[in-house]
Amino acid sequence: MALTREQLAQRVAQELQDGFYVNLGIGIPTLVANYIPEGMEVMLQSENGLLGMGQFPTEAEIDADLINAGKQTVTMAKGASIFDSAESFAMIRGGHVDLTVLGAFEVDVNGNIASYMIPGKLIKGMGGAMDLVAGADNIIVTMTHASKHGVSKLLSNCTLPLTGKGCIKKVLTDLAFIEIKDGKFYLLERAPGVSVEEIISLTEGELIVDGDVPEMQL
Amino acid sequence: MAGFDKVVSSYEEAMAGLEDNMTVIAGGFGLCGIPENLISEIKRKGTKGLTVVSNNCGVDDFGLGILLPDRQIKKIIASYVGENAEFERQMMNGELEVELTPQGTLAEKMRAGGAGIPAFFTATGYGTPVAEGKEEREFDGRHYILEPAIKGDFAIVKAWKADRYGNLVFRKTARNFNPMAATAGKITVVEVEEIVEPGELDPDHIHTPGIYVNRLILGTFEKRIEQRTIRS
Repeated sequence: MALTREQLAQRVAQELQDGFYVNLGIGIPTLVANYIPEGMEVMLQSENGLLGMGQFPTEAEIDADLINAGKQTVTMAKGASIFDSAESFAMIRGGHVDLTVLGAFEVDVNGNIASYMIPGKLIKGMGGAMDLVAGADNIIVTMTHASKHGVSKLLSNCTLPLTGKGCIKKVLTDLAFIEIKDGKFYLLERAPGVSVEEIISLTEGELIVDGDVPEMQL
Repeated sequence: MAGFDKVVSSYEEAMAGLEDNMTVIAGGFGLCGIPENLISEIKRKGTKGLTVVSNNCGVDDFGLGILLPDRQIKKIIASYVGENAEFERQMMNGELEVELTPQGTLAEKMRAGGAGIPAFFTATGYGTPVAEGKEEREFDGRHYILEPAIKGDFAIVKAWKADRYGNLVFRKTARNFNPMAATAGKITVVEVEEIVEPGELDPDHIHTPGIYVNRLILGTFEKRIEQRTIRS
C-alpha cells in the first residue's frame, strides 16, 4: 500500500535527531511536527523569521503578528527567537539548519529538483525553496512517486524549471525511500506491501536495487 | 519637523514626493507586518507605473493587492505571488511584469542595497531560471551567481513602536522584511502603532536605528490574518 500523508510524515520523523534545528516546508513536511519522538528536542525554523515554532494557537492566543511561512497563525515554543528575513536566510544559506524537508513535482538522478513552477499553469513563485535547497546539506524531499495517471516523477532529467541543481540526496515517496548518488537512484526501503517491481515500473530514472530491500518500519 | 524628529501628521505628508514610475520597497510577509495605511495612501494618490519590491503582493482587497485594479503596479519583484486572482489575470495577460526572486535573495538584495554593497554571490538559484543572464563563479568547488542589490526611491515600512527620532522596534514575525526595507529607501517612511519620546526605548532593544528613517507616522491597523489556524 502506498503511504498516506501521515505515514510519510511518520517516516520522515525517524530521521530527526535530538537537538536538530529543522525547517519544514508547506504540506506533508508540516505534518512531521506531529511525530517528533517523545523526549526528543527539535527546534522548528520558520523562514519568515521564527526559530522555535510552537503549535497552533487557541482562539484566545491568536496573534496577527505571529505567523509561520505558510501564513498560518502559530505560537512560539519555549526558547524561541525572532529575527528578520535576512538573518533567517543567513541561517539557511549558511548551512546552520540540520534538516530541511520539502515537497517537489519532480526529482532526477542528478539530484536536481523541480518544485515551484509549471509553465502556463502554476506560476506562484519559489518562496524560500531555492534558498533552502541551495543552503542545506541534509534535505529530504517528500512527494508522490508518480502522477495519478502513473507517470513517474523520479526522472533521468527533470522536465519542469528547476528549483535547485544537484542538491537532493534523499527522497521519500509514497512508495519508497530512495538515495541519490553518482547519477543514479538507489532503493533503500519500500513502503509496506509495495513490491520492488512496482517501484521499478514507476521510476523512470535509473534505479539500483541491491539485494533484499527492507520494508519501512512505521 | 525639527532636528531628528521624524514625525509627520498626515499620510499625505508621509508619501509626499512619490511619483509615477518610481521604485517602492515594501516590508511585510503575506499580510503580516505590511504598511497597510501607506499602501492605501498610494492607492488614494493614484500613482502609476510603480516597480514594487515586496515578498508578496497582498490579496485581492488588502495589502499591495489594492494597487492592482487601477494598474498602479507596472512591475513586481517578489518571491511568492499566489493568493491573488487579479494578480494572476494581469500576469497571464502580460499586463504586469513579474520578476520572481528567491526569498533569501530578495532579503539580501534589500540588505545589500541599504548597506552599500552593489551585488553579491549566492548559490541560491544556480542552474535554475533565476540564473539566466547572470554572472556565475566558482568558489571552493561550488557554483554561485551574481545578484545585484536593490534600492528604492521609497521604502514603506511597518514597525510596532518608535521614538520620535525614528528608532524602531518590531513585534514578533511582523519584523520579517521590514528592517531591510527600511535601509534601502532613498526616502524611508515608517508607520507604527505607538510613538514614544526619545530616551524611552532601551537602546539595546532597538532593531532599526533612526538614521535609516526619514518620516514616521502613527497609524491604526486592521492587521488582517491570511490563514487563521487554531489547534483542535
